[in-house]
Amino acid sequence: MDYVLKKTVSSLFTLFVVIVLVFLAFRIIPGNPANIILGVEATPAQVEELEQKLGLDQTLFEQFIHWFKGVLVLDFGESLRFSEPVLSLIHERMGVTFSLAFMAIVITIFVSIPLGIIAANYKGKFLDVLISIGTQIGLAIPSFWMGIILIMIFGLMLHLISVGGYVPWSENPLRAFKALLFPATAIAIPQIAILVRYLRTTMIEQLNFDYVRTAKSKGLKDSTILLKHVLKNALIPVITIAGLNFGAILAGSLVIEQVYALPGFGRMLITAIGDRDFPLVQGMVVMIAIIAITVNLLVDISYRYLDPKIKLK
Amino acid sequence: MLKKFNLVTGGAIVLFLILVFIVSFFYVPHNVNQMNIENRLIAPNHNYLLGTDNFGRDVLSRIMKGTQTAFIVGGGSVIIGLLFGILIGTTAGYFGGWMDELLMRMIDALLAFPGILLALILVTIFQPNIEVTVIAIGIMTIPSFSRVIRSGFIKCKQMDFVRAARNFGSSHLRIIFHHILPNTVSSIIVTASLSFSTAILVEAALSYLGLGIQPPDPSWGRMLNEAQGFAKLAPWYTLAPGFMLTLTILGFNLLGDGIRDLHDFSE
Repeated sequence: MDYVLKKTVSSLFTLFVVIVLVFLAFRIIPGNPANIILGVEATPAQVEELEQKLGLDQTLFEQFIHWFKGVLVLDFGESLRFSEPVLSLIHERMGVTFSLAFMAIVITIFVSIPLGIIAANYKGKFLDVLISIGTQIGLAIPSFWMGIILIMIFGLMLHLISVGGYVPWSENPLRAFKALLFPATAIAIPQIAILVRYLRTTMIEQLNFDYVRTAKSKGLKDSTILLKHVLKNALIPVITIAGLNFGAILAGSLVIEQVYALPGFGRMLITAIGDRDFPLVQGMVVMIAIIAITVNLLVDISYRYLDPKIKLK
Repeated sequence: MLKKFNLVTGGAIVLFLILVFIVSFFYVPHNVNQMNIENRLIAPNHNYLLGTDNFGRDVLSRIMKGTQTAFIVGGGSVIIGLLFGILIGTTAGYFGGWMDELLMRMIDALLAFPGILLALILVTIFQPNIEVTVIAIGIMTIPSFSRVIRSGFIKCKQMDFVRAARNFGSSHLRIIFHHILPNTVSSIIVTASLSFSTAILVEAALSYLGLGIQPPDPSWGRMLNEAQGFAKLAPWYTLAPGFMLTLTILGFNLLGDGIRDLHDFSE
């Protein structure tokens, strides 16, 4: 309990720091934000109206209290461009990004575990070296370039996918799946590389433990030991790594959505930046931080329940 | 031999890139920014080894100049990360206590934040240009430097040579910079090499989104953005900058890993 409490408090503190920093970041804009948003042709009356709407006529502290109270109930104000609450805009776009992230995680786990087992099992041999070279390349290829290459191969040459063909799951699940499969693969590739390297190391570590020797002396087959005992122990850190990289997966989907013209969170964020829609950018950034920090916290806590070694500490 | 594979391959790639970087200051086959619509999207030939882009500019020349952008962004952000990392890592690791707790929580906050978002915020506030890109990516690299230096200090400060120095009455500054910091150099080099490649990757992503390096300056990410629309007509235009980007990231990753392997081996 103590551990859970401590972790929760520390996550809340982290979140608070992020909220304060995001608030301050949008207040140190050189010049008057209202002027920047409206451009040079704005009349003084228009500027004044927007200043009031953004709360710029209040003191910094008052502005912060107002903003913070809003964040507590996920009220991030109204988008300047869409004149809609930021939260409902986020809600509309969340589906695509979450589907992408979820599919990327599933692909990552299903591809990494077998590759990790093979690499550990054939340590130092040809297959291991091959996988290790593969992971280095997988880490080095920028996911957005991978995305473009997948479009070139499967779209332009083989005509299997078309960019911009996304429809919501509720309308046509098959088409949604087809539209998301390749972008999710592009996001997954660097994650697979990270996880395979990690799995290989932990599995090789596990192979040196006494319980493996005991199992061997009992006459168990190598494959049984590897799949039943070693993998089970090696999987615990995998959950952590997958969880900790959730932020990276979200960030990856921000860029990939642009490559595949998917109507998700990332595309809206990039457009909002271009439009200088400050409330929208601010709200989306805090929302992503809340999601990433919450996932990290949940992973930390579940990790503790899965791995009894940590309880002792 | 296999143990040094990473180091040798990484070192060779990095050397090659440095060579291209230096050459690009003195010689590129064609003018980098000169547009010539008549020459647009020419497939690779003996005159244009990697073909031309949609404005008729030579892709090879632009890729060569692109190493300058990559190296400026990589180098600049590593320097920022290193300076702040030394400041934060030393304070946290050497003095410990509440300072350590506070600084590390702030580093956690920075880490919990998907890196590219920070850059996107800065770009929203200031206009996108190379300085903002370098600063944003530099801030992103602070956590890893801080952590590496902090753990180096925590490991070293209990060692006999540091205790001896303290007993002789050495000042904190002297112990920090003269005795402990030199012992963390190898892990700092590893971090620098890995951060360098991350920085180039993030710059490319930002420029691909149109929020990093601005035209007409050549940036590999920006080139990919422009090339995507011509992927069918001019595949070379998409392949060349992406390949260069991958090669650079691969080279610095391998070099970083190789130095780390070497270090672990000697320990």
